[in-house]
Amino acid sequence: MMREIYYNQALREALHEEMNRDPCVFVMGEDIGLYGGVFKVTEGLLAAFGPQRVRETPISENGFVGAAVGASMTGMRPVVELMFADFAYVAADSIFNQAAKMRSMSGGRVTVPLVIRTQQGGGRGNGAQHSQSLEAMFAHIPGIKVVLPSTPYDAKGLLKSAIRDENPVVFIEHKLLYSTRGLVPDDEYTLPIGQADIKRPGSDVTIITYSRCVLQALAVATQLAEEGIDVEVLDLRSLVPLDRNSVLASARKTGRVVVVHEAHRFCGVGAEIAALIQEEAWDELHAPVRRVTAKDVPIPVAPSLEQAVLPQEHDIMAAVRCLMSDNKNCS
Amino acid sequence: MHINTVSSEKTLDLYTRMLRIRRFEEQVGTLFGQGQLPGFVHLYVGEEAVGAGVCAALRDDDYIVSTHRGHGHVLAKGGDMNRMMAELFGKATGYCKGKGGSMHIADFSIGMLGACGIVGGGLPVAVGAGLSAWYRGTDQVSVSFFGDGAANEGSFHESLNMASAMKLPVIFVCENNQYGEFTPAIKAMNIRDIADRAAGYGIPGVIVDGTDALAMYEAAEAAVARARSGQGPTLIEAKTHRKGGHAEGEKAFLGGGEYRLPEELMAMEANDPIAKLHRIVMTSNLVASDDLEELDQQITQAVVDAVAFARSSPDPALESLYEDMWA
Repeated sequence: MMREIYYNQALREALHEEMNRDPCVFVMGEDIGLYGGVFKVTEGLLAAFGPQRVRETPISENGFVGAAVGASMTGMRPVVELMFADFAYVAADSIFNQAAKMRSMSGGRVTVPLVIRTQQGGGRGNGAQHSQSLEAMFAHIPGIKVVLPSTPYDAKGLLKSAIRDENPVVFIEHKLLYSTRGLVPDDEYTLPIGQADIKRPGSDVTIITYSRCVLQALAVATQLAEEGIDVEVLDLRSLVPLDRNSVLASARKTGRVVVVHEAHRFCGVGAEIAALIQEEAWDELHAPVRRVTAKDVPIPVAPSLEQAVLPQEHDIMAAVRCLMSDNKNCS
Repeated sequence: MHINTVSSEKTLDLYTRMLRIRRFEEQVGTLFGQGQLPGFVHLYVGEEAVGAGVCAALRDDDYIVSTHRGHGHVLAKGGDMNRMMAELFGKATGYCKGKGGSMHIADFSIGMLGACGIVGGGLPVAVGAGLSAWYRGTDQVSVSFFGDGAANEGSFHESLNMASAMKLPVIFVCENNQYGEFTPAIKAMNIRDIADRAAGYGIPGVIVDGTDALAMYEAAEAAVARARSGQGPTLIEAKTHRKGGHAEGEKAFLGGGEYRLPEELMAMEANDPIAKLHRIVMTSNLVASDDLEELDQQITQAVVDAVAFARSSPDPALESLYEDMWA
């Protein structure tokens, strides 16, 4: 049986089930107990599991992420919450120099089964230090898996897999997705990390995207269908590992690709996907791969400016129309 | 002079641990000077009493997290000379199959969770190992070794505060060797004793003569007992010195410039931790002089054997490049 639940509820169920299943799993972070986390993902866990397994920390991001690394190396499976992805810079040493490298540096003699849950993205006027999308930063450093679910169903199944994974996983939620709803099975399930999902099949153009932009892409696809443009929406769901086969299969199928993400354009994931497609599927492309991304400025607060910086549905629509036109100079 | 209340057996154990470190490090210095080792090498010569004293107070299943100056900690915890030497040579038989090198040696079978190339990077990891022991309901303790330089990193503050607030079984051992890389510690902070900072976290701060192995052992024993019995962390500041530079070959970096005074080096020589313990062992008649001589020969031979093992070991296969990244 399926039921419709919120994205944050789906995440909470995953945490609850995994904490029930495995006594080595514990959650740790700022204000995750009594307050339930600022986006209410951990609400109710304190009552269910007590203050030891729902461990509130000082505001010491590098300290508690580093402690989670040490705990994961010695038999535990911590799930830490970084309240905002922007704070990953504060915890950068523990994430990039410690967690990502421990296994490789030790010649594979240790595992680091650690999950760093965080949320990112703009659209709420939170300003330049609380609205960034940092997935390319994490994906750039070898040794960390990077997962970005777009729906409650994916969020639950992927978080459960992330907790069971023997590697460090950065699990990136989106602040505007928490209040979205979707169908989730009553029964327990997991989803494999590293498999993209065709959220909408189509034949003319592929939109390759992830996280909240999947919702925008689907809305665009619905509108363009009325114009007779058949859009495929491929949700990557994870960047590391990247499902190269699904990316290339869809690119070959439609021959036209737009990559959409909320992160900045320069050195972003869109550049990587575009490079991959031109290296592997050049002959099957009808047009250059296009990108719709945030502009390369810190995210401003004023709603008019923030909207101008972040990718909007009309931007995606314009990019698709451009790909379908004969005008190679459109944008 | 410290009044020796440590058993003869433990005193000899300390002496052995220290001599293993000294002879190993002397050889490593020579090899580096000959250009035979890749990367950086930071030697523990002069600081042996700290690692040996602390690790002699630990069980095999207790954890330590080390620093970029980590060879001494590995040996003090009971590590294997062959595998460490092979790692320094970057060989497939090394502790980390040649991927870690001097600054990343780890031996999880003896609770050595790894050296760390980032100053202060290991403190939170040690806190996590203590947290893990607490969760698993063991009475293991976790030791974080770090230098005076790391005491000025944010991770020092975060780690001591967190371990204290959560009452975790962690022992913070600051090896104050008077220099953060090439800068005197007294220029980098406006206090003389890093142990004073313990008060800011509500934990005991203890100053120990880090060239006195017996004093180090006793201070560590007290801190370990406190941690094991659930009373929380201790900060031990070991006043020590490094006989060499920050890294081997550093004169090249500095263009031959002097930054350490001759009188300082002379005082250090007079305060050598191994010579000090040697005198105690001899004046207490714990063993015959010949026995100590024989011990030295055995250790020296083990170092020679380790070099031979490393030299005769294969380089890592190129196919191993993508191995061991994902579990």
